Amino acid sequence: METKVVTLHINGRTHQIALPPNRTLLQTLRDLGYTDVKNGCEKGDCGACAVLLNGKPVNSCLVLAWQADGAEIVTNGGLGDQAHPHVIQEAFADAGAIQCGYCTPGMIVSTKALLDRNPHPTDEEIREAISGNLCRCTGYVKIVEAIKLAAERMAAAKEGR
Amino acid sequence: MLPEFELLMPRTLSEALEMLTQAREGVAPIAGGTNLVVDMRGGRHRPSVLVNVAGLEELRGIRRENGHVVIGATTTVAELLEEPLIAEAAPVLWSAARVFANPLVRNRATVGGNLADASPAADTAPPLLVLDAEVQLTSKEGSRWVPLDEFFLGVRQTLRQPDELLTAIRFPVPPSGAVGGFYKLGLRKADAISVASVAVVVEVGEDGTCRKARIAMGAVAPRPIRAYEAEKLLEGRVLTPELVAEAAHLCAEATSPIDDIRASAAYRKHVVEVLARRLLSEERR
Ligand SMILES: Cc1cc2nc3c(=O)[nH]c(=O)nc-3n(C[C@H](O)[C@H](O)[C@H](O)COP(=O)(O)OP(=O)(O)OC[C@H]3O[C@@H](n4cnc5c(N)ncnc54)[C@H](O)[C@@H]3O)c2cc1C
Ligand code: FES
Ligand code: FES
Repeated sequence: METKVVTLHINGRTHQIALPPNRTLLQTLRDLGYTDVKNGCEKGDCGACAVLLNGKPVNSCLVLAWQADGAEIVTNGGLGDQAHPHVIQEAFADAGAIQCGYCTPGMIVSTKALLDRNPHPTDEEIREAISGNLCRCTGYVKIVEAIKLAAERMAAAKEGR
Repeated sequence: MLPEFELLMPRTLSEALEMLTQAREGVAPIAGGTNLVVDMRGGRHRPSVLVNVAGLEELRGIRRENGHVVIGATTTVAELLEEPLIAEAAPVLWSAARVFANPLVRNRATVGGNLADASPAADTAPPLLVLDAEVQLTSKEGSRWVPLDEFFLGVRQTLRQPDELLTAIRFPVPPSGAVGGFYKLGLRKADAISVASVAVVVEVGEDGTCRKARIAMGAVAPRPIRAYEAEKLLEGRVLTPELVAEAAHLCAEATSPIDDIRASAAYRKHVVEVLARRLLSEERR
């Protein structure tokens, strides 16, 4: 298979990498060291591989890397890190919404997309927004609480409270 | 690991059509990849050449044109939800988009891919059937519009020739009196494949008689189907509870469901009758 040089802007850094056509965006991200993007099922079912692709949350396992040539990609790690966590990441930790943590990066990506569009979601809207993200551990209750907490804190920060 | 394939990246529609014509056997277009990538990984589909249509400008956008709503084939299901024209002119399609997969898949899944894939459970199919939609098939030689009802042949079989792309979908803007609904029964509230689905659009005149009725069903036959007998029964009559019950029964009669992991054939037949009755009763109000 012929390779092609693909340009990816990931978490603000630009990568140029030669890839054969059958590489998914998920594999590519992990090979580049963005291992916060998880491989759960590789068939669109679990959402552990979710990233923002040009601002929209998608399953990176269903995107061919060539199709993402030139795109802006943000992973959970691009939102914040241990030293400077994002409000959503902090809320997940504070609410106890993380057990094994495998679903967490994808959950946080879906949460970011939700709160950008809808800063005050109802419980129903939260559940719908994370319906493509499976969690085997928490039973979702604390994840929904974490998302509400994140929404409150983001609103408070905006109002300068 | 995905199997090996060649991936062609056309920049224009005419380039894409040329590639489809030139390609050897085993060529397939790829849009969102939400069916194709999964099918290739599972070995159910082994194309040797893929033509990426996802970025083609000519296949994008939703617009009003000559009394029709025209939807570019690579319009995503998420874009159907965001476009006010769909919510206003075709709430039945909007409702189907609302319960389609999940927000992650909706950002990639295209309407053209959903129809071209021709799963009996394709969720945009019943609403588009009741809207009297047509699909545009385009090859190097030119374009043809085909009624969606004729486009579907059987399980994952359509009228599309290998050198053709599905380029657009259109339907007449329904008159203001038309009302409709879509109901999908899945095994959970979100991110479920249809066990059975029903879409309905009816136009009721001032005098209470039904001018036009369209009913379509998903996941209850080898392809998404219309319930012609039920439609005929309703047209020209007043939608009384008795008439609606009779029509709903005819809907079930029109099905030929299968037993699978999601439900039995008998359950599907039963539930389609219930869903059709409910939707038609709502439209009486
Ligand atoms: C987790 C998950 C949940 C899902 N839930 C649902 C659901 O609730 N309801 C539902 O209906 N579907 C569902 N699907 C299936 C799938 O998402 C849809 O069928 C989707 O609309 C396919 O579009 P696509 O652009 O991804 O198609 P692709 O995978 O790119 O292509 C699908 C097929 O269509 C062909 N094709 C694509 N575009 C064109 C074109 N323009 N012209 C000609 N041929 C073309 C391809 O060659 C291929 O055979 C789900 C899938 C996943 C992974
Ligand atoms: S790894 Fe992509 S959805 Fe599961
Ligand atoms: S915390 Fe373990 S899968 Fe969600």
